[in-house]
Amino acid sequence: MDMNGVDLSGAEIVVQALIDEGVEYVFGYPGGAVLHMYDALFKQDQVKHILVRHEQAAAHAADGYARATGRCGVCLVTSGPGATNAVTGIATAYMDSIPMVCISGQVPTPVIGSDAFQEVDTVGITRPCVKHNFLVKDVRDLATTLRKAFYIAMTGRPGPVVVDIPKDVTDPNIKIPYHYPREIQMRSYQPIERGHLGQIKRAVELMLQAKRPVLYTGGGVVLGEAAAQLTELARLTGFPLTSTLMGLGAYPMTDPQFIGMLGMHGTYEANMAMHETDVLIAIGARFDDRVTGKIEHFCPHAKIVHVDVDPSSISKNVRVDVPIVGQVASVLTDMLGLWKEQAPTTTGRPVADWWAKIEEWRRVDCLHYDRHSDKIKPQFAVETLYQVTKGDLYLTSDVGQHQMFAAQFYPFDKPRRWINSGGLGTMGFGLPAAMGVQLAFPQAQVACISGEASILMCIQEMATCQQYKLPIKVVLLNNGYMGMVRQWQEFFYESRYSNSYVDALPDFVKLAESFGHVGMRVERPADLAAAMQEAFAMKDRFVFLDVVVDPTENVYPMIAAGKGQHEMHLPPSLSDRELA
Amino acid sequence: MRHIIAVLLENEAGALSRVAGLFSARGYNIESLTVAPTDDPTLSRMTLVTNGNEEIVEQIKKQLNKLIDTVKVFDLTEGPHIEREMMMIKVRAAGENREELKRLTDIFRAKIIDVTDTSYVVELTGASKKLDAFIDAVPAGLIVEVVRSGPTGIARGDKGLTL
Ligand SMILES: Cc1ncc(C[n+]2csc(CCOP(=O)(O)OP(=O)(O)O)c2C)c(N)n1
Ligand SMILES: [Mg+2]
Repeated sequence: MDMNGVDLSGAEIVVQALIDEGVEYVFGYPGGAVLHMYDALFKQDQVKHILVRHEQAAAHAADGYARATGRCGVCLVTSGPGATNAVTGIATAYMDSIPMVCISGQVPTPVIGSDAFQEVDTVGITRPCVKHNFLVKDVRDLATTLRKAFYIAMTGRPGPVVVDIPKDVTDPNIKIPYHYPREIQMRSYQPIERGHLGQIKRAVELMLQAKRPVLYTGGGVVLGEAAAQLTELARLTGFPLTSTLMGLGAYPMTDPQFIGMLGMHGTYEANMAMHETDVLIAIGARFDDRVTGKIEHFCPHAKIVHVDVDPSSISKNVRVDVPIVGQVASVLTDMLGLWKEQAPTTTGRPVADWWAKIEEWRRVDCLHYDRHSDKIKPQFAVETLYQVTKGDLYLTSDVGQHQMFAAQFYPFDKPRRWINSGGLGTMGFGLPAAMGVQLAFPQAQVACISGEASILMCIQEMATCQQYKLPIKVVLLNNGYMGMVRQWQEFFYESRYSNSYVDALPDFVKLAESFGHVGMRVERPADLAAAMQEAFAMKDRFVFLDVVVDPTENVYPMIAAGKGQHEMHLPPSLSDRELA
Repeated sequence: MRHIIAVLLENEAGALSRVAGLFSARGYNIESLTVAPTDDPTLSRMTLVTNGNEEIVEQIKKQLNKLIDTVKVFDLTEGPHIEREMMMIKVRAAGENREELKRLTDIFRAKIIDVTDTSYVVELTGASKKLDAFIDAVPAGLIVEVVRSGPTGIARGDKGLTL
C-alpha cells in the first residue's frame, strides 16, 4: 500500500520506511528510548522483528544477513547501553565494508546533553566505526534521513550507517504527512561507478606483457557482485588467482587456477607467487597488513594494478602503478572487453613457465597434516565437514585457529558462502551471523564453525535460535585453548601460556540441551563423519556439535608479523623435506 | 612539506568533529584548522594546515574526500595562492618600549587597536611567516599574550572553489 501523503508519527515513519526499503528482518532489542518504535512494529506484520539476546548479536545478525544476501542488514537498539553493546557489531561491519543500517534510540531532544538516564553520545561513539551517522532532531527530517542512510550504506564502498533517533521524534501523538523519497541526490556524496578507460587500457597492456602475473582478489569482488566477471577474466587470461580471507569463494576454490589464500596463513604457492610476480592485479583487495607482511618485502618485482571502488584504498599501504577507481564489476567488464580486443586467441595457460614454477611450489604440500593421528585434527574436522555437506553450505566463523583451518580446508565455490569477521577479527561473530544467514535462507544448510572460547562470547543467542527455530549447526573445534593465542605464545613467548587456557568450560552438550537444542560430543576421528551426518540430517533442529580436537595443533603455513611473504613457517611434518 | 588544504563541507552539526576525529584517528599531523560558514549558509569552509610527505598528504586529501559531508577538497599549496592569518598580540608598552613598539608596528604595517598606559594590543594580518617575524622582533619579555586565527587561504586567479 502506498503510504505517501498519509499522516504518520515518527515511530510509524521509521517502520514504514523499512517497509518501503523492502526490509524483511530487523534484529533488535527493546528499551525505553525505542518503545514507540516497538509499538509501531507490533501493529504491522510486514517487517519481522527478531529478538536477539544481546545488542552485539543484533548487529552481527544483521551483518550476517547482509553478507549472505548482498542486501542491507538492519538492527534496532535502545539508547545508552543498547547502543554501546552494538558498537562491536557496527565496527565489525565497518571493517569489512558491510551494508547495514543501525537505528538507535536516544533520550528526548530537550534532555540531550544533561546526562539523562541511558544517555550516551551515540553519534560521537560510533563516528570512527561507521560510514556515516545521523542524529535526527526533527520528525520532518526522519524519512529523508532514513532514505539517505540506506543509500549511503548500500552504494560506493558499502558500510554501516547509524541513525540515532531521540524518543520525542518518534512521539505517537505528533503526526505529519509521510513522504519517502525514491531517489536521493547528495552533492557531497557521489560514488564512482565506471573506471577510467585509459587506466584500464594501461592495465591490460601490462597484463599482456606479464611473464609472472597474479590475480590477487579480495572482499570487494564479493561485495561488488563481480564473481562472474572475475571468473571470466581468470579463464581468459589463464592467470593464477589467489584470494584474501574476505574474497574466498568469489572464484571457485576447487578450480586448479586457484592457488589458495594468501597472507599470514596463506599457502606456500600463493605467497611465493606474490613474492615472484612481475604483474600483480589487485581486485577489490586492500593490501591489509595480514596480507602484505612486511611492506618492504611485498611483491618486490611487481608492477601493480589496483582496482578499487574507494580511492582512499589506493596507494594507502603499497604504492601502485596503475590505479583504477570504480565498481569492480564495471571495471572488469571493461577490462574483459579490452582484453578480448587485444588478445582474442588467448586460452588456457599461456604463461606456461610460470605455471610450472607454481606447480613446483604446490608440490611442497604446505597444508600437510597428520592424517593418521588418533586425535581428531582440526583440519580433518573441516575436511569431514566439507564431505558431509558436499560443499553446499553457508559457513560462518568465529575467530582463531578454527577460522583459519576453515578458510584453508573448506573450498567454497560460490561467493557469500564464507562469512567471517576478517578486518576486526571479532570473537562472538559466528553464531549471531549464522542466525541472519539462516533467516535469509531458511532451507539452506547453515553452520557456524567456532572455538570453545569464541562461542562463549555470544552463547546467549542459543535462546534466539530456539525462539525462531533456526536449525543452525554449530561445529565447535574444541581444543581447550584460545588456540590462536596459544600458538603465538608457543612461537614467540617460549610456550608461556599466559591466560590462554580456557579453564572451567561448560558441558556444551548439556548447555545446548538446556536451551532446548540437540547437543553431541565427538572424541574419535572414526566417529566424526557419522556424527556430522546425523547432525545435518536433523534439518529442523539446532545442533551443537562439540568436536574434541588435538589441543596442540598449529596453523601452518605462517608468516610471523613483520616478516616477508616468502619467509613462511611450514608444518613441522615437512621440515625434513627439501623446499623448492 | 607544509600544505594548506581548503575543504567545503555541508554545514551540518558534527561535520567539524568528523574532520578533527579523522586526523586524530589516523594520526595525521594538524597544525591549524579554521572553519566558518560561507556566503551560502548551507556550506562551511575549512582551512587546515598540515605537514607530511606527499604520500601522507595524498591520503589526507582522500580521507577528507571520503567523509560524506565533504563537498570539495582543494590543496591550495598546489598552485599560486594567497595565505592570510590574523594575530592580536598584547605587549607591555611602558617607558622607552612604547616608542620602539610603535615603530615596529609601523614597519610591519600592523595596527594598534587598544592602548593603556602600559600596554598595546597590536593587530597584524599576513602570511603566517610574517606573523612569526613580528613575534621574533618584539623585544624579549614584552609579550603578554598572543592570539592567532590560524591561516586561511584562497587561490589566485579567476576560478573559485565553489560547487
Ligand atoms: C573479542 C575478541 N577478543 C580477543 C580476541 C583475540 N583472540 C584472537 S583468537 C583468540 C582465541 C580464540 O580461541 P577459540 O575461540 O577457542 O579458537 P581457537 O583459536 O582455539 O580455534 C583470541 C582471544 C579477539 N579476536 N576478539
Ligand atoms: Mg579453542
